[in-house]
Amino acid sequence: MSTKVHSNVEVPAGVHLPIYMDNHATSPLDPRVLEAMMPYFTNKFGNAASRNHSFGWEAEQAVETAREQIAKLIGATAKEIIFTSGATESNNLAIKGIAEMYRERGNHIITQVTEHKAVLDTCKRLEKYGYRVTYLPVKADGLIDMEDLRRAMDDKTILVSIMAANNEIGVLQPIAEIGKLCHEKGVIFHTDAVQAVGKVPIDIIADNIDVLSLSGHKIYGPKGVGALYVRRRNPRVQIAAQIDGGGHERGMRSGTLNVPGIVGLGKACEIAREEMATESAYLTGLRDRLKAKLESELDYVHVNGSMEHRLPGNLNMSFVYVEGESLLMGINDVAVSSGSACTSATLEPSYVLKALGLGDDVAHSSIRFGLGRFNTQAEVDYVAAKVIDIVKKLRQLSPLYEMVLEGIDLTKIQWAAH
Amino acid sequence: MAYSDKVIDHYNNPRNVGQLDKASTEVGTGLVGAPECGDVMRLQIRVNPETQVIEEAKFKTFGCGSAIASSSLATEWIKGRTVDDALAIKNTDIVKELSLPPVKIHCSVLAEDAIRAAIGDWKKKNGAAETADAATVTAAH
Repeated sequence: MSTKVHSNVEVPAGVHLPIYMDNHATSPLDPRVLEAMMPYFTNKFGNAASRNHSFGWEAEQAVETAREQIAKLIGATAKEIIFTSGATESNNLAIKGIAEMYRERGNHIITQVTEHKAVLDTCKRLEKYGYRVTYLPVKADGLIDMEDLRRAMDDKTILVSIMAANNEIGVLQPIAEIGKLCHEKGVIFHTDAVQAVGKVPIDIIADNIDVLSLSGHKIYGPKGVGALYVRRRNPRVQIAAQIDGGGHERGMRSGTLNVPGIVGLGKACEIAREEMATESAYLTGLRDRLKAKLESELDYVHVNGSMEHRLPGNLNMSFVYVEGESLLMGINDVAVSSGSACTSATLEPSYVLKALGLGDDVAHSSIRFGLGRFNTQAEVDYVAAKVIDIVKKLRQLSPLYEMVLEGIDLTKIQWAAH
Repeated sequence: MAYSDKVIDHYNNPRNVGQLDKASTEVGTGLVGAPECGDVMRLQIRVNPETQVIEEAKFKTFGCGSAIASSSLATEWIKGRTVDDALAIKNTDIVKELSLPPVKIHCSVLAEDAIRAAIGDWKKKNGAAETADAATVTAAH
C-alpha cells in the first residue's frame, strides 16, 4: 500500500509560502504603522517626561495624539488611557490594582474559565492573598450564562473580569449585558479586550466597561506596547500601582514611555477604527469561505464555539480522528495553531476547548485559523485544499477513523490510558 | 518543533500502512494508547506458523508525527524477524533511530507496547504460555 502523507496541492499564482494565518497569536505590523513610528526611533527620540526642552515636548505631543487615537476607538477620553508594556501587564495591573484598592469593600472576584492565563493566573495569585475567586463555567457554545454571573455576585464582590473575545475560539462574551449587570450591582467591570478591540465595535459607555485591556500587536501594531482604559467618571475607578517609580501615567504605571511603540499603537487604533466595518465584512467572507470548503469535503469536522457570537477572522475546527500536531506537520507551509497537547508546553490539550465540554480527543484534533487584514481569498483556497488533502491522508492512517467507518463505538472500547 | 529527517521521512512516506484480517489465527493485533491521550496505535503481524517469522506487519496510527514515525519504523523492524527477536526491540532503539526529543519518548514506548501487544495477541490465539505477561504490558504505559 502506498499511503503518502506528502501533499501535492498546487500553489495558486500570487500566493507566497509560508502563509500566515495565526493572527490571534500576533499580527504583522501594518506598513502605515511602521511609517508613523519611524521618526520616533531616530530624530524624535525625546523622553515624553522631559518638560524643559523641545525633544521632550515633541515626544509628549506624539504620546498625547496616540492617547486620543486609542480613546476614540473605544469611546473613551484620552485621560482614561494608561500605557503599559502589553495586555499581560494591563490585565495584571487592572486585577491586582483593583483588588488592592478596593480590599476594604470586599474580597470577591468573578471571572470565567476560558480567560487568558494572564487573567486566570493573576486571579490564582490573589487567592493566595486571601481573595475569593469564582470561575464561572461556559456553555457548550463558549459563552457564560448571565444567570450564573448574577448568582455568583454577593456583597463582597468588587470585580468582574470577563474577556470580550476569546483568543482560541473567537467567541464574543455578552459584555454589554455583563457591564449593565455590574453597574446595577455597583461592581467594577474589567474586560480583557485584546482580541476584540479593533475587530468588533466596543464602546465603553454603551457597554458599561470600567477597565479594559488592549494590546498593540494584535491589531497590526508593534509588540511590547499595550494600554489600559480606566474609567474616570460614573464611577471613577481607582487602581493601585503595581510598578513604582517616577509616577508616570498619573501614578498608575511608572516607567519611561515607549514613545515609538505608543505612536504605533495609536496609529494602529486609528486605522482599525476607520477600516473596521469593511475589514470585518471582508474577514467574515474569507472565514465563511474557508469553513464552507472544509465542511463540503470532509466528514467528522465541527466548529468549536458559537458561530453567531464570534470574531470575524476566527475559525476553530476539530478534524476528528486526526491528531492536531500531525495535521500541522502536513500543512507546514501554513502557520496556524492547534489545541493538541503535543503543541503545548504543558502537554495538556487546550483548557478552553475542554471547558466547552469537548472530550480530550476532540481537543487534540483542533486547529485554530486566525484570518487577518493581509490574508487573501487565494490563500484561503490554498489552505482549504491543503487541509482537506492532509486530513484525508491522515485519516487513511487513522485506526479510529477506520473503526468509526466500520460502525464501532469508540466510547465502548477499553482504552489503556497512559 | 523541529523534527529529524527520519521522522519527516516516515511521516511523508509511512511504511506498511493498512490492516490484516484480525480473525486469522496467524494474525496478532495490538491496539494501544487512548484517543484522550492523543495517540492510538494499531499494529498487526502475520506470523508464519512453521518458522515463527513475522512475514507481514501493518499499522495505523492516530497521533503526532513522532507517533506515526515510531509505529511505521516498528513495522519495518519487525518484518522478517522471529517473534522472539521482535520482542527484543526496545523503545530506546526507536528513540535513537528517530532522534526523538525527550517530550516524544512516550511515542516510542507506545510503539514498543504495540509490538508486545500484537505478539501477545498472536500467542494467545496460538495457546502459548507467555500470554499473560505480554497482555499486561499495554496497561502499564
